[in-house]
Amino acid sequence: MAEPRDSETVGNARSRPGGAPDARGMFGSFGGRFVPESLVAACATLEEAFLDAWADEGYRGELDSILRSYGGRPTPVTDCERVSDDLGVRVILKREDLAHTGSHKINNVVGQALLAKRMGKSRLIAETGAGQHGVATATAAAMFGMDCTVYMGEIDTRRQELNVFRMELLGAQVCPVSSGSQTLKDAVNEALRDWVASVEGTHYCIGSVMGPHPFPFIVRQLQSVIGEESRRQCRELLEGKDPDFVVACVGGGSNAAGTFAGFLDTSSRLIGVEAAGGAALTSGMPGVLHGMKSQILQDEFGQILEASSISAGLDYPGVGPEHAYLAEIGRADYVTAQDDEVLAAFEYLAKREGIIPALESAHAVAWVIREAGRLLPDGSTVLLTLSGRGDKDVAQVRDLMNATR
Amino acid sequence: MKDEFDSLAGGSSSGDQGGRELGELEESLRSRCSEGKKLLIPYVTAGMCAEWVEIVLALEAGGADAIEIGIPFSDPMMDGPVIQRASAKALLRGTTPVGVLGELARASLSVPVVVMTYYNLVLHMGHYRMAHELRAAGVSGVIIADLPLEELGPWSSESDGLGIATVLMVAPTTTPQRAAAICKRSQGFVYCVSRMGVTGEQGTLGSAAASLAKRIKGLTDMPVCIGIGVSSAKQAVEACQEADGVVVGSSLVRRVLEGEGTAGVEAFIGEMRRALDSI
Repeated sequence: MAEPRDSETVGNARSRPGGAPDARGMFGSFGGRFVPESLVAACATLEEAFLDAWADEGYRGELDSILRSYGGRPTPVTDCERVSDDLGVRVILKREDLAHTGSHKINNVVGQALLAKRMGKSRLIAETGAGQHGVATATAAAMFGMDCTVYMGEIDTRRQELNVFRMELLGAQVCPVSSGSQTLKDAVNEALRDWVASVEGTHYCIGSVMGPHPFPFIVRQLQSVIGEESRRQCRELLEGKDPDFVVACVGGGSNAAGTFAGFLDTSSRLIGVEAAGGAALTSGMPGVLHGMKSQILQDEFGQILEASSISAGLDYPGVGPEHAYLAEIGRADYVTAQDDEVLAAFEYLAKREGIIPALESAHAVAWVIREAGRLLPDGSTVLLTLSGRGDKDVAQVRDLMNATR
Repeated sequence: MKDEFDSLAGGSSSGDQGGRELGELEESLRSRCSEGKKLLIPYVTAGMCAEWVEIVLALEAGGADAIEIGIPFSDPMMDGPVIQRASAKALLRGTTPVGVLGELARASLSVPVVVMTYYNLVLHMGHYRMAHELRAAGVSGVIIADLPLEELGPWSSESDGLGIATVLMVAPTTTPQRAAAICKRSQGFVYCVSRMGVTGEQGTLGSAAASLAKRIKGLTDMPVCIGIGVSSAKQAVEACQEADGVVVGSSLVRRVLEGEGTAGVEAFIGEMRRALDSI
């Protein structure tokens, strides 16, 4: 694993792209630790433990070794010739869909489970939307011999029935959450409530670059392996050059944050693609949810709105604070894709390249298809992180296609 | 770390009896304590039912020393199932922060009102406007569940000047140094979280509650109240062996959710009042 840049310490006077957040956990004016007093000590302990682990060659070596021998890293990049011919831009896919459990989530959970073990915790809890992070956490818990409870909105347990079974098969207990909108945001609430009561022996293995400090920082560091590998691989393919554009889908934003981490100090343009129905960076306003200050979808009184899109994994009314910061300083641009474009992109990539993307990742594909020859000039190079595979989505997509045809 | 906490606590004048202004909430609570009374602070979620203001008045009649009013938030991270349900009902009924404050102003209660809410509602309305709306409604204190000591600045710079007490919580896991800083910075009273967990009833009050209250009593001369999970008159009495008072939420809100009207609520609080008065 490549050395992280400028990120070994928290507490820089000022945050900067790719760096650690400041002493309050802020990336610019976003982030922080807005939690009840009961969780303050737990967050502080976790911060200390992570910084200690991240600086420890033993921890880093073990993580690297597990990701190689168990997680399927490094994942390859695929130079998509047929797509490139069609679109007139060179599209290179970073294949996180080929990682164990079928998405980039494994990078994060292995790192956090290893950290939890180091902290003497014997139980992992997690929230999940589409089920990818829940499956990954259940997998890590099984491998490390830990107990595991996954909170999942009741609506999502129905949308992603097979993933519920997968988690149970892996030995996890899945708790359907019937409060609020019964989706990802409510699963996060419930996981936080569990953690308040269980913090002594339990680690909250959060699934994205969100939540109170230090979670957004931890998850970005653990996912930065995507960006580090991609940068190296792109330079091999592009004769030492970086891609003109780096594109990834954004829900909470962990695959994008990990990918961007490898390119923040290059001249590549960074593009995050949100679901049109859950576009916190496009339609939200600054607010505080789940312990962080970020861009949040909310009504005129500050009540949180429900996000809604074709992919459960992007149905989140907030976004990781580092993305809000990168948008604020103009280092990354955030755009949206509509459900129908996403479905078309899902089918297109399957037919043209033999790759069935997760619906989440298909948002990034949809944007590249739409903007090729427009925002993406002819002949430009695009690295697109394919965050996960679409096996989990095929039943839903079949139903949607049958309904529209 | 010590210096950091000192500077965080520096903005307040609390913690040192000599010459500081007590503020309306603390003054009122202290005068009850000096009469030898234990403090009884019931909680109700604003807007949870049509007659919520009558419920509040019944709590006053039943012997509350102050009343905590929850302004409902869509994502109440610190609350268990009962208060979640009350919040959801209130929001479905169209409850808004300004609406709640208007109703409170008209209710003209004689005991102090402490508003409990989550930070996003404050941030969204704006610190300045929220502080003034609270003041206009006659509210004397506020608890913002997810606004820790480190992030108090922007809020307290508006609320302090208007005499609105910002009540801070201490938890069983709060370190001694931090607890001292919180005691210095809290206003009105110090809220001891009885256990590691969200709001909700419990069969027995753990020993953590009393030992935390005892620890905090050693750090401040401000009233110290125990909340979260105080479910019965017996537990209230137990809590007050060390603490100056109790906050009672879920057990009361559950009764209102189950349809108990003003008479039942007044009787429930009345029983607690008598139990506390007989200590």
